[in-house]
Amino acid sequence: MKPSGFAYHRPSTVAEAVDVLAEVSPAGKVLAGGQSLVPMLNMRLAAPAHLVDVNRLTELAYVRVDDDGGRRTVVVGALARHTDVEHDAAAHAALPLLREALRTVAHPTIRNRGTTVGSIAHADPSGEMGAVLALLGGTVELRSARGTRTVAAAEFTTGPMETSAAPDELVTSVAFPVPEGRTGTAWTELARRNGDYAVCGVGVLVRLGDDHRVVAARAVYVSMGPVPTVLDLTEPVAGQDPRADDDGWAAAGRLAAWRLDPDDDIHATAGYRRQLAAVLTERALRTAARRATEVAV
Amino acid sequence: MSEQLYEVTLLVNGVHRSATVPARRLLSDFLRHDLELTGTHVGCEHGVCGACTVLVGGRPIRSCLQFAVTVDGEEVTTVEGCTRPDGELGPVQQAFRDCHGLQCGFCTPGFVTTITAYLHENPEPTADEAREAIAGNLCRCTGYQNIVASVLRAAQLRTGSTEAAAEAAP
Repeated sequence: MKPSGFAYHRPSTVAEAVDVLAEVSPAGKVLAGGQSLVPMLNMRLAAPAHLVDVNRLTELAYVRVDDDGGRRTVVVGALARHTDVEHDAAAHAALPLLREALRTVAHPTIRNRGTTVGSIAHADPSGEMGAVLALLGGTVELRSARGTRTVAAAEFTTGPMETSAAPDELVTSVAFPVPEGRTGTAWTELARRNGDYAVCGVGVLVRLGDDHRVVAARAVYVSMGPVPTVLDLTEPVAGQDPRADDDGWAAAGRLAAWRLDPDDDIHATAGYRRQLAAVLTERALRTAARRATEVAV
Repeated sequence: MSEQLYEVTLLVNGVHRSATVPARRLLSDFLRHDLELTGTHVGCEHGVCGACTVLVGGRPIRSCLQFAVTVDGEEVTTVEGCTRPDGELGPVQQAFRDCHGLQCGFCTPGFVTTITAYLHENPEPTADEAREAIAGNLCRCTGYQNIVASVLRAAQLRTGSTEAAAEAAP
């Protein structure tokens, strides 16, 4: 099918874009990579009266690593394509989780056009990048004609395909904090076909103390609830030395499965999803813990 | 109310082409209907099948998920542009012919464009990498084995032609 008609706006600066959004609010929709929005338009699941195409806002086509007195952040502008983030050497060196998770975002052809910020703003419960942002405690920057504000990832995503962005606001960037100290991360997921939506996906972060014993472990899930669910899994693995001890990882997986509340759908039952969560969590935690032991601090 | 129209100009397969279209014209339809370049096929029209894949600025994208007006001014390569400069079959096209990489041929334009861009990035893929490279394109006839073989054959043909070109250079 073809999209229904809409009024088209193609601003060339962020200032112009937020003015247009203010003018047409609440009937405007931002078009960036279009890899989620255009299918919805083609199938006429969505028919916004105004589309604000931000593909000319080259000032937002950046990936950079900020360093604020040792606290580093990977900042991704709204026009950075997934591919740009995936292949950015500095971002990868600072935060290898980004590339690992991005490789599970659809196919390269989709990643060439889809934007990381757009994916987060779309807030699909199976979207990997929103989950990574939630796991790391990142932030979202919003601009409107009224001003600029920064929102924590946990407050940004409010439901499936729902965010706290107002209709006149443009998400201009997201910031992924780089975990400090002896920290390892990992992303893993299971999909029916390569590049398809995950049946269950998990990202984890494990932090070790100077004695190489676990001080923190947390995980985030996609396709396991209406929003990315972040769980603290420290308790079963606290004090464990990943180079010697081995018993807590499976217990942490079971704890995650017990705390998650996924739905049944045509792809999988809730019970199967929980089973996957237990297995994938255990695997990801082992990988992240091993990576943490290899971090030079 | 009549829709507002936009003049869109693209550099398609090395030639400047223009048409005046509404903003909602998909790039796939722009190529097929407005420019009459019907090599690009439209399968699912929601980004799943990969038949409509074209290269924009050298990168493969789904032309059914892009408005023509958004890519105004860009360089586009379609399957018609994946030939050799003399108009003969390009290495990927020749490889599909050599390896029976197509049956009904509906999905083939998307494979040819995807593989052309992929081999540019990774000129000597393994069989596993070749399979991964085509994972975003659906084919309902071949069972993919001969398409994987075509990727590997195309890599050989490309390397051969690069070597031949290097030898021919003064």
